[in-house]
Amino acid sequence: MADLGTSFAGIKSPNPFWLASAPPTDKEYNVVRAFKAGWGGVVWKTLGLDPPIVNTCSRYGAHHLNDMRMVGFNNIELITDRPLEVNLREIKAVKKAWPGRAIVVSLMVPCEEKSWIDILKRVDETEADGIELNFGCPHGMSERGMGSAVGQVPEYVEMVARWCKTHTRMPVLVKLTPNVTSILGPARAAKKGGADAVALINTINSITSVDLDAMAPTPTVDGKGTHGGYCGPAVKPIALHMVAEIARDGLCAGIPISGIGGIANWRDAAEFMALGAGTVQVCTAAMHHGFRIVDDMIAGLNNWMDGKGYREIGDVVGKAVPNVTDWQYLNMNYKTLASIDQDSCIQCGLCHIACEDTSHQAIAATRRDGKRHYEVIDAECVGCNLCMHVCPVQGCITMVEVDTGKPYRNWTTHPNNPMSKQ
Amino acid sequence: MAGKATTDGPDIGTGRLAVAELAANFDDVKPPLDANQALIEASRCYFCHDAPCIEACPTGIDIPNFIRKIASGNLMGSALDILEPNIMGGACARVCPTEVLCEDACVRNASERKPVRIGALQRHATDWLFERRIQPFARAPSSGKRVAIVGGGPAGLACAHRLAMLGHGVDVYEARDKLGGLNEYGIAAYKVPDEFAQREVDFILSLGGITPHCCKAFGRDITLTGLRRSHDAVFLGLGLAGVNALRAEGEDMAGVEDAVAYIARLRQAANKASLAVGRKVVVIGGGNTAIDIAVQSKRLGAEDVTIVYRRGSKQMGATAHEQEFAQTNGVKIKHWARPVRLLGWPVNGGGKRHVREIECEYTQLDDKDRLTGTGDRFSLLADTVFKAIGQIFLPDPLRAGGAEPLDLSAGRIAVNDDRAASLPGVFAGGDCIAGGQDLTVRAVQDGKTAAHAIDRYLRS
Repeated sequence: MADLGTSFAGIKSPNPFWLASAPPTDKEYNVVRAFKAGWGGVVWKTLGLDPPIVNTCSRYGAHHLNDMRMVGFNNIELITDRPLEVNLREIKAVKKAWPGRAIVVSLMVPCEEKSWIDILKRVDETEADGIELNFGCPHGMSERGMGSAVGQVPEYVEMVARWCKTHTRMPVLVKLTPNVTSILGPARAAKKGGADAVALINTINSITSVDLDAMAPTPTVDGKGTHGGYCGPAVKPIALHMVAEIARDGLCAGIPISGIGGIANWRDAAEFMALGAGTVQVCTAAMHHGFRIVDDMIAGLNNWMDGKGYREIGDVVGKAVPNVTDWQYLNMNYKTLASIDQDSCIQCGLCHIACEDTSHQAIAATRRDGKRHYEVIDAECVGCNLCMHVCPVQGCITMVEVDTGKPYRNWTTHPNNPMSKQ
Repeated sequence: MAGKATTDGPDIGTGRLAVAELAANFDDVKPPLDANQALIEASRCYFCHDAPCIEACPTGIDIPNFIRKIASGNLMGSALDILEPNIMGGACARVCPTEVLCEDACVRNASERKPVRIGALQRHATDWLFERRIQPFARAPSSGKRVAIVGGGPAGLACAHRLAMLGHGVDVYEARDKLGGLNEYGIAAYKVPDEFAQREVDFILSLGGITPHCCKAFGRDITLTGLRRSHDAVFLGLGLAGVNALRAEGEDMAGVEDAVAYIARLRQAANKASLAVGRKVVVIGGGNTAIDIAVQSKRLGAEDVTIVYRRGSKQMGATAHEQEFAQTNGVKIKHWARPVRLLGWPVNGGGKRHVREIECEYTQLDDKDRLTGTGDRFSLLADTVFKAIGQIFLPDPLRAGGAEPLDLSAGRIAVNDDRAASLPGVFAGGDCIAGGQDLTVRAVQDGKTAAHAIDRYLRS
């Protein structure tokens, strides 16, 4: 059995699976249920100043794909709507009852040093393991100069991170908004401000759907809607990219990353970890299926690590980062061709029509003994992978590497590149 | 159970089952998909290119397209994709042997041996339209031409609808008192409950331009010669009016019934408890009619129902799915046997007898693959024997009134690819033409094909 124990920016947890700051971590009741289910840690739903904010009725929107529910999910809920005192009391109680689990407290207060000093002092008393600065929420709070309104300005990120490092013993995680043109600006600012770690991504500005009868965006509140924060399986690729950008950035070097965005199972988690995440945070998958999903995450990660010979989390974290590069360094002499396994082909013709209509006319549709037959035309195939992706049969179409006998050559030295270095 | 013991006479009785049980037995055998089930099933369609299911459909419905429209909530578009090529898409969704047509061709069979439930989805889309009483088609400007259609079954109605769409006036002549043909009189009741056949007829007629004339028998009330004179073209969708003989000793005794006629009575009986059914029923035959009469007898309350078929399971006209359906309904199928003679009870002391027992002989194929009897025999007690050994075309009505003869082929009306018969302006389709396949969907295709050929003929 691999050791899933994690020490992240000094915060210890028995496994790297944390619940993200969100509705599942709003109360003692939920958090205790999560710990009983096996979650290694939680980031408590964001605390703010009293009086508490007020939430609307109708808070969640969802992107369903045919019968697949919640492929994407969004919300217009704000930070906790419970009094600060109540939250602090419950955090303290849970930490006392579950000393081995990580409790990080998410915070969002106005950009004044005093506000931060005050709340940090009170959180400190709960004996929580760390704080996470919510610089990510893209709705509601951002209109009040908090959340992503802070996270989108690197100078603010740096300033608040520094205040917090100055005024608390607790490790400081900065949660980043993806609603920026480059994640590196705020990530570098967090590092510069002394943050112990970054957590990303927060949710993405979104309208999940339009109610065509009401002619209003969803979720609809009394006939009107507003943009919300998008999350769930659909955002995973965006999150992976941003995590990787930070992991391979020289100026961010070494900063621990807590990966967030569409993680629903151990494989998703392992991918984030391979790109540099030391822990992962989950929300939508738990909100969809309940806390018991952590069971597969723990067992699956363990089994996979055992199979690969990884003994501890540190063996995995960042393992794929050296293989993330810029487009210009990709080998232009690498060649693959699509190959259709005729024995497993079910003759649906999707590979043919995709290639014929939208790509390179490299899959011929013929009849052989009256039966449909699809065959790759090697001379036309550019190895784009489209057919492999549209094929509904696992493993039927594979991309087979062809030895061109040519050496590695990338764009920087390619003769077609006017800026070629050769 | 009502009726006497079989030791002293035939046990034929009515009301063998409680009314509620009968109602359940003759209710929808395949309940419709609800919206969520339809969405899940529609999502299973891969939207194949050049989809094999389309090719397997005799009317060429663009199946992936109509399924995709169900998934997107475009039920109107979906129903149109079905009804444009097949105006009886609602009936076909219920009665087509999809397991040997579209669903047999589904690529999901290759990957997981579980095809998309195309028939159920087709019903979902067409039900949506029927429930809203939408007539999505319009008629072209009147051509001033008038076409006579003989036979109000699927072939005739499909032809009538398409001709009316194309702007022609249509008279449909039907010998029975309702239109619908086998959908109204022949299909097993639990496949088309809730007066579906008449709802579909109403839908077709709601287009306008089609005048039904029921209780007009071809050869008696109307003749081919007369119709050719009174109309610009004639379409014959006559069906098969004759029944094959058992060729077994004693087949004329009481209790030996024509399955087709009994099913027609059953279909028209508002109260199924009023139908008399034997306690022990033997069905001779291997097609869908044999399955339908056997299962319906069982569902009326018959105790033992046995199908006797002269060849094996593979040679049966009924699909494997239908055979299995019969068996799960408690019907026993005896293969490789044929009736030889019937033994009877005396009836009221007269010379007429009522069947008591049927004696069968085992059969086999000889070395030239011809069917022969083995000489070994067995007997089955039976108070009803249903003949379901195939129907035949009766050509005599074609000649009534001294009409010019129409060419026949293999005992049925000979037609070309346009469904044109040998006399000018005469077309035919459905079971009465050579190559007719006892399939609603095939008959619809014949009617539609003939309508376009008639349109060309009328405009040339």
